[in-house]
Amino acid sequence: MYIRPRSVAEALSALSTYPSQILSGGTDFFPSLGDRPIRETVVDVSALHELQGIFRATNEMRIGGLTTWTEIIRTPLPRCFDCLKVAAREIGSIQIQNRGTIAGNLCNASPAADGVPPLLALDAEVELTSSEGVRRIPLSEFIVGNRKTLRRADELLTAVVIPDTFRDASSSFVKLGVRRYLVISISMVAAVVLVDGAGCVTAARVTVGSCSAVAQRLRSLEQDLIGMPVSNCDDRVKPHHLSVLSPIDDVRATAAYRREASIRLVQRALQLCT
Amino acid sequence: MATTSEIGVHSGTISISFAVNGRKVTVSTPPSRRLSRLLREDLGLTGTKVGCDAGDCGACSVLLDGEPVCSCLVAAAQIENCQVTTVEGLEQCSRSGGRLQKSFLIHGAAQCGACTPGMLVSAAALLDHNPNPTENEVMDAIGGVLCRCTGYRKIIAAVANAYHMPVERLDGGQNVGKRVPRLDGEAKVRGHEIFGADELPSGCLGLRAIRSPHHHARFRFEDIDAFVLKHPGIKAIFTAKDVPGKNRYGVIPKFADQPVFPEHEARFRGEAVAAVVGDAVAVESLDVGDFPVSWEEVPAILELETALAHDTARIHEDRAENVLVRGRVVRRDVERGLRESDLTAELEVETGFIEHAYIEPEAGFARRVGDQIEIQACTQSPYMDRADIAAILGIPPENVRIIPTAVGGGFGSKLDLSVQPFIALAAWKLGVPVRMVYSRNESMMSTTKRHPSRIKVRGGCKRDGKLVALDFAADFNTGAYSSWGPTVAGRVPVHASGPYYVPHYRALTKAVHTNLVPAGAFRGFGVPQATIAQEQLYDELAEKAQIDPLEFRILNALDGKTPTVTGQVLGEGVGIRACFEALRPAWNNSREATGRFNFSSTRLRRGVGIAGMWYGCGNTSLPNPSTVRVGLKPDGRIALHQGAVDIGQGSNTIVAQICADAVGAPIEVFDLVSGDTAITPDCGKTSASRQTFVTGKAAQMAGSQLRKRILALAKGCECAVIHFEDAELIVEEENRNIPLALRDVPMDQYGYVVTAEVTFDPPTKPLDENGQGTPYAVYGFGAHMAEIEVDVELGTIRVLKVTAAHDVGRAINPTLIEGQIEGGVAQGLGMALMEEFFPGKNENLHDYLIPSAGDIPPIESILIEDPSPIGPYGAKGIGEQAVIPTAPAILNALYHALGIRLRRIPATPDRVRTAIIASQKKGDVRG
Repeated sequence: MYIRPRSVAEALSALSTYPSQILSGGTDFFPSLGDRPIRETVVDVSALHELQGIFRATNEMRIGGLTTWTEIIRTPLPRCFDCLKVAAREIGSIQIQNRGTIAGNLCNASPAADGVPPLLALDAEVELTSSEGVRRIPLSEFIVGNRKTLRRADELLTAVVIPDTFRDASSSFVKLGVRRYLVISISMVAAVVLVDGAGCVTAARVTVGSCSAVAQRLRSLEQDLIGMPVSNCDDRVKPHHLSVLSPIDDVRATAAYRREASIRLVQRALQLCT
Repeated sequence: MATTSEIGVHSGTISISFAVNGRKVTVSTPPSRRLSRLLREDLGLTGTKVGCDAGDCGACSVLLDGEPVCSCLVAAAQIENCQVTTVEGLEQCSRSGGRLQKSFLIHGAAQCGACTPGMLVSAAALLDHNPNPTENEVMDAIGGVLCRCTGYRKIIAAVANAYHMPVERLDGGQNVGKRVPRLDGEAKVRGHEIFGADELPSGCLGLRAIRSPHHHARFRFEDIDAFVLKHPGIKAIFTAKDVPGKNRYGVIPKFADQPVFPEHEARFRGEAVAAVVGDAVAVESLDVGDFPVSWEEVPAILELETALAHDTARIHEDRAENVLVRGRVVRRDVERGLRESDLTAELEVETGFIEHAYIEPEAGFARRVGDQIEIQACTQSPYMDRADIAAILGIPPENVRIIPTAVGGGFGSKLDLSVQPFIALAAWKLGVPVRMVYSRNESMMSTTKRHPSRIKVRGGCKRDGKLVALDFAADFNTGAYSSWGPTVAGRVPVHASGPYYVPHYRALTKAVHTNLVPAGAFRGFGVPQATIAQEQLYDELAEKAQIDPLEFRILNALDGKTPTVTGQVLGEGVGIRACFEALRPAWNNSREATGRFNFSSTRLRRGVGIAGMWYGCGNTSLPNPSTVRVGLKPDGRIALHQGAVDIGQGSNTIVAQICADAVGAPIEVFDLVSGDTAITPDCGKTSASRQTFVTGKAAQMAGSQLRKRILALAKGCECAVIHFEDAELIVEEENRNIPLALRDVPMDQYGYVVTAEVTFDPPTKPLDENGQGTPYAVYGFGAHMAEIEVDVELGTIRVLKVTAAHDVGRAINPTLIEGQIEGGVAQGLGMALMEEFFPGKNENLHDYLIPSAGDIPPIESILIEDPSPIGPYGAKGIGEQAVIPTAPAILNALYHALGIRLRRIPATPDRVRTAIIASQKKGDVRG
């Protein structure tokens, strides 16, 4: 069965009625299907225009779940979103950015999802809506494993919410892959750094993707950066700061390489924040 | 039937209205159907190609409300009321489409044409709002579309210059040497070209293969009848017992060992054991996991080491130690040569499987016509297909007709059978047309690859740098079946010296079976792997002799008088020295500039490397004739039957250019007749860089003969000019014009007024037990110089520029030759830096990486024309030559940058970084 609801309410009712798979931009749905037939009910949410676009709300920015990466690139946004925009440009190709949505990227929960580290660094929360109501979960808790999230089958990820905490922070994103376009990251880093008038760090977020089942925040590093002149942050990065990572060997790189390269990427991401 | 405007809940089909290329359409379709399928199968818009069904290749790009998207990732239900623009409508529906298509033709930006629609559509989206894009903007725009033929540079130029196109010069005169736009180009840029998957006879059934999920497994079918009963629309299942003729084929008959379907045991992951045939919809919606077969996995041989061990089981009973074949070339005494050398060096190299990754997966259909079987499919070798299919069906070859379609890239893999045995068998048995289209996944898991290799080389030279000896040994993993393993084992020893004079020489090779996908032909038949070892070794020797690497090569370069390692003295047309000398100015400048750069840079280090190449055109010491027929039609046009399949390299254009000059006719009067085996004689396979040389030569001879016969008919003199305007030719002599009314001349058996048919077979001599003899009549030569930048901290390599000098004898069409060089460089770059296929691990185009538009640096081609006395107008081959020197040049540049050599390639960031760390520990990283 294929359901294409015209409103969120219709979508939620469908999700609560049928065990189903959600389709929006199709950039993960179709590749994972391969040449097998579709057996589950599909809820195609792509007509829910109310979930598209980026809006300012009180003390936060709301990115509708169906906002595509292209819209994120094209929408003027505060400085701290630079990391998200750079990441958006690195997602697949223009073809993928034109279709892939932010909710899809988060719900697919690939360890290599380019959207996750920047959103994690921006302290993003996800808004999950079901016919029973709305709940908000920090992104850091939402993705719980390789392709596993806390989204219940009857819920729709309706928005990603970014608090104004880092509104004026500088931010960066660096990605390491073996080729220029259409490449799954070996490692990637997002950094968000807020500084005081003297150029010293008052708050920082540093996140690493593709090096664990779920992208990780480097909390001990974030802590150690506080009070540092922003221009010297890269010197502070030490291997132990990355001990929360648990990289694996795969066709793209060895675990040992990922660990070492990630240190460099973190340093470079911090340099880009100066 | 519900519509989307109602409740939005659908089972079955829905009605969708949208605009395609400005035309309103309403279709009835399952709502989840991929837009790519809807366009191709339901609306007949086959210009949009399907390369991967996963958004990894971009071939299926279309504009959806003006923005490029992969149509394989869009569900039919999602395009209600949208505007879709495909390549067929690009000219009228986008501002820049028509201009872009023209620019692609002029720049030679389309080769095989499989990526072309996706490229054009993506580029049009850019140009429509930015007519003067920068190179980076162009790369961003086309970065989501993969191309395997062109190396992207001509595409980038075509897009960037679409609004600044050079003015076309349409002067008459000679065709050879001119940048004639490819004759089949118009169809490619408009999306009208017919590839393997683009035609579908009515009533055609679909076919899917059931493939082994294990490297080595015994299998047993369960209740097949029950399966058929349970699946309405499924008509038949075919297995080994249904093969009426020989259940065994292979490109080299002597070694034929591959079954259409094995009986009880699959020898590699991906081997087909059965075929399911039925209505297109039933077959498409089949979950092959439901097929009633049970597998018993048995121990598999995956490594060369294990395969060669004495106590290892044999994959083929008659092949001891799993050795398919050995190759050997020995000249004088290599041990003595090494003893007498002042300086010696040695190194080992290992390479992995490399996937051809053409954008068009294998596809075609077969139909039975009486006691004949017709197969329309993409192939590089129509007549070989004919012979194999005849044997499989147990019918005479004359009863098999092969109709080659346009080929969306081949590079060697489409020499082997893929879909053909399955569709032929099913159509033969069922009497209805049957079609098969490989998915990217099954194409990657089951078709041939470049051979993994393990190579050891030792070499020696005198203190003055003169080479004395080379000892070369290589084992090639040929996978489960023979394919082109014997050719690789045979070609490599002939070439492993490189284009240099090496007095004492020994090269021994083995092609070894494992339980992995068969390795076959891939641009260069093992020579690219061998050259990676040999050219790095020569760099080592040059360093020991304290001679500049380029000068070392010039010092040792073959000339017309020195014998090759097979004892052949080449005489005229040995342009290798000229290639190296042509690179000298750039080399000296770049080495100097690199030194300056590195003096003040630590995180980024640059290096410049060089490598040379030679490559024999045509089969090794074996006959490989081409027969070209050319006929003057009653309307004054000329039919050119040339069976050299154009796989993107340009033989349709090159052969016509050669023939046109031989006839003395403008190329516009030629009508190309395809390599259909029912109407065109055998021009052999498109491989071994033989089509320009062998078929080109046959076309030249046939063209001359046609000219002579026309002149004889008109009683004109030899120097007359023939005017081919219409049904009355004018033969113009100095003082008179002789009219020749063609309608008055009786037609021959082919329906032509005058016909010429000529066969050319290159003169070669067999090799003796030491590999001495004349393996090839013509060789191509070349040298590449690669400039790279290494990020020392991350081990990433960026290639900054490649300068490629090639002795092509005579550049029949410089644009097409540059296209071959640029495409070869791109594949060489991929081989050096990113490509390795792991069966079972990266059978898709997001885990297996080929270079994207952003990875290919500027490429400067320098064409040297040292004519071959035998080739047509002096021409030599270029197809494989172009790929061979790039990887070793890059690896030599890596050594120049950092003093490291990798035993195993590709030089992925992790491997490079590991080598950097190891050399830093030893304290010998160059400062």
